[in-house]
Amino acid sequence: MNDEHFEPPYLFPDYRATVLRAPQHSHVKLPDEWFHRAAGPAFGRIPVRPEDADLTRQHEGEPLGERIVLTGRVTDSDGRAVANTLVEVWQANAAGRYVDPVDDHPAPLDPNFTGAGRCLTDSEGRYRFTTIKPGAYPWRNHTNAWRPAHVHFSVFGPFLASRLVTQMYFPGDPLIPHDPILNSIPDPRGRELLISRFDIETTVPEWALGYRWDIVLRGGSATPREP
Amino acid sequence: MTPTPSQTVGPFFGFALPFEGDAVAEPDAIRVEGQLLDGAGEPVGDALVEASQGGQFARCRTDGEGAFHFLIAKPDEGFFDIVVFARGLLRHLNTRMYFPDAEDAVLSAVAAARRRTLVARREGEVLRFDIRLQGEDETVFFA
Repeated sequence: MNDEHFEPPYLFPDYRATVLRAPQHSHVKLPDEWFHRAAGPAFGRIPVRPEDADLTRQHEGEPLGERIVLTGRVTDSDGRAVANTLVEVWQANAAGRYVDPVDDHPAPLDPNFTGAGRCLTDSEGRYRFTTIKPGAYPWRNHTNAWRPAHVHFSVFGPFLASRLVTQMYFPGDPLIPHDPILNSIPDPRGRELLISRFDIETTVPEWALGYRWDIVLRGGSATPREP
Repeated sequence: MTPTPSQTVGPFFGFALPFEGDAVAEPDAIRVEGQLLDGAGEPVGDALVEASQGGQFARCRTDGEGAFHFLIAKPDEGFFDIVVFARGLLRHLNTRMYFPDAEDAVLSAVAAARRRTLVARREGEVLRFDIRLQGEDETVFFA
């Protein structure tokens, strides 16, 4: 299967920052044993505390916003669970503002929300975070540019080729058709893979709405991406 | 199953991905210093660079000058795997940093004219390894 249309290109001028940062040479393709099946980074030095999985409990009080549970499975492309791998998330608060000092969007910070979390997948490859739904926010890519609500994910996996940094979106977000970052993925089925689904089974009664989003990592027997 | 597509790390990861001692894979080891540059030769100040080999792992966010550094021990393999994430990179990039005088089949497979983009050079007490995303002397990236 040619899955190239499921990945964004490096150069996508609608997302302006790609223009001077996209390499112009093709990647040098290495044999699978040297790259695709090579062991991934030993991430064990990155601290993971139990409270890192609940982004609503990292401060004195409760953050403002819609409380959500975000969960899913991490598998390889053969559907096998990827257990004990590190999942890192980060996001804006409910008003669409990041704690990061680089963010100058004039929306309020929430003293009870940082927006960063970590957890290890369990033996079935499952991850689970409690957080609040992030807000949309403007960026200066083009006139009236707004990012749809999203949560950033970083996942390691067992192989060098499994490393993944991506963004998860929410179903029905009206900004999705206008977002050059998500729409850099040529095939609409690829874009769909980044949209979580609301799940009444995950929803915790009287407490938090549930969203499910599964992650499939490269590596192992998967067809490597072409340069 | 189709692998989950990649998206950019964006500009706002600095409060989330760095961790205490992240650039130090091996204390009192070799210091690597480098700069990440775009196609105009300008520093890329909103990137994350990861280096790994065997049990060693280091992570460093670039500063306003695009500078990053690592403390690592020289491995038997003679190189580190390097991964670059940045705003404007819709997919991350994989490369390798070879120690001076290291040789292997991968390095030999790269066109001679571009090979030096993969090799760190000695600069006093440190190893210098710059990464150029685009343009003249563009770093070799692997897939």
